[in-house]
Amino acid sequence: MTDTPVHPPIIVGAGPAGVRTAETLVAAGLRPLVIDEAARWGGQIYRQPPEGFHRPKRALYGFEAGKADALHRAMAGILPAVDYRPRSLVWNIESGALDVTPNDGLKGGRSETVPFSHLILAPGATDRVLPFPGWTTPGVFTLGGSQVALKFQGCAVGSRVLFLGTGPLLYLVAYQYAKAGATVAGVLDTSGFADHARAVPGMLRDPGTFAKGVYYVGWLRAHGVPVHSGVRPVRVEGDGRVEALVWRRNGAEQRTVCDAVAFGLGLRPETQLADLAGCRFRFDAMDRAWVPERSAAGRTSVAGVYVAGDGAGIAGADAAEMAGERAALALLEDLGRPVDSARATLLEQKLAASARFRRALTDAFPFPADWAASVPDDTPVCRCEEVSAGTLRKAARDGEAAEINRLKALTRVGMGRCQGRMCGAASAELLAQALGTGPDAVGRLRSQPPVKPLPFSAGILDEEKAS
Amino acid sequence: MPLLQRVAEKSRRAVPFVLDGRPCEALEGDTILTALLTNGEQLRRSEFSGQPRAGFCLMGACQDCWVRLEDGRRLRACSNFIEPGMHVVTGAQP
Repeated sequence: MTDTPVHPPIIVGAGPAGVRTAETLVAAGLRPLVIDEAARWGGQIYRQPPEGFHRPKRALYGFEAGKADALHRAMAGILPAVDYRPRSLVWNIESGALDVTPNDGLKGGRSETVPFSHLILAPGATDRVLPFPGWTTPGVFTLGGSQVALKFQGCAVGSRVLFLGTGPLLYLVAYQYAKAGATVAGVLDTSGFADHARAVPGMLRDPGTFAKGVYYVGWLRAHGVPVHSGVRPVRVEGDGRVEALVWRRNGAEQRTVCDAVAFGLGLRPETQLADLAGCRFRFDAMDRAWVPERSAAGRTSVAGVYVAGDGAGIAGADAAEMAGERAALALLEDLGRPVDSARATLLEQKLAASARFRRALTDAFPFPADWAASVPDDTPVCRCEEVSAGTLRKAARDGEAAEINRLKALTRVGMGRCQGRMCGAASAELLAQALGTGPDAVGRLRSQPPVKPLPFSAGILDEEKAS
Repeated sequence: MPLLQRVAEKSRRAVPFVLDGRPCEALEGDTILTALLTNGEQLRRSEFSGQPRAGFCLMGACQDCWVRLEDGRRLRACSNFIEPGMHVVTGAQP
């Protein structure tokens, strides 16, 4: 039985996963609607600069220039065959429909309700961060944000930038900054040398990626950039802007003069839309976060809703492309259309191999589980409303908050404009630490619409909507 | 000294705008965040501590980069582009 869907399939996100999903659906003769927040396709990793910028892709994406170019061309090639809505925000999912509003604060425009029968969510990820004293000081940016400044705007976030955190992106962005002519004050990795060494056998499953990582570290050291492992930040110094970072290693404090800190501890998936779509979630030990349940093909617990890419659990850009294609094939299977089942099986095998490599990366760059215990009480955890670590600990100690949503109700952590994107991991870790348990045992922060702030001009209070 | 440093793509056309009453120049294709932080050190002040903020994630997630235009409109500086003649107010001390 072959179905033509009542509504065109909708893809949210035009990064590696979303573009490959769209390409696969177009190849099967469907005309998907692709909704993306950005002005141009590519996602964060292959983000394209605005019109009128001239650097070649080799300068923007380095070793990944070929992949970036292939993805950009793939989307350019299918543009006539898709309904592409850039600069558009899906801010709610309810009763089988999306609420979509223009993501352009200047032009504005009204929100629109778009019904769906088949929905593929590929919203990507953002940096995972934890608070430390001074982290709200101007000049402290996320690692991914620091890369966006360079790639998308041709800017360095400072004239002497210190890189802090862990994960492959830490070394990559430091390398990109140095190559672009910025001064890199140092690379401070929270994971230890022993972690890296232990993970080598697993990382050799993907020798190409491993070799690139070794190359970046070697290049940085050869160019005189101090690289340290096993670091914990102590505090940012500077009144009104970054002047230095004090950090600790093996019990000894050191101080590095810098005017910017690029900071990130791996990535966290964007899961709000899957939550609003009613998908069942599970705690993923590797991501140390709640992710939507999904089959190897990308099906969620809700019929007709699929997830792909880092928004479904962190796996990186290559895996995102494969997962996008696989989820599209699943959608086609569910419509009763013929699909290349050998291709589907191959994609699942490659995704499984990619997950094994991802496990080795997690071993090499582990989450600093001791962090929660060491954050001083007066450090703001919530950047939006400046709720402090001490306030969270008190709510937990008093026995009033044994679960994350109760903690949110009592302290407003996770209730500000970012909706927990920046404070969610930290508040779960702090609550778990205060209760003497793990982050898997303190519950999952519920998502609320709108998933990002909207201007009133978006017309969410339309008569139709209100009635 | 401005927070952001231009290291590439410097030959774009200039875009005049006004930052806290001061005439400034950005480049075509700059986000409001880039325009402000290549001319200054902050985007806004926290409504809670009054401390300066200059954005954080640059990808529309953290909501830390909201700025006000003189006409009262509020914009996320990382995901909106500077336009000629725009008047932006950051609350920076003169």
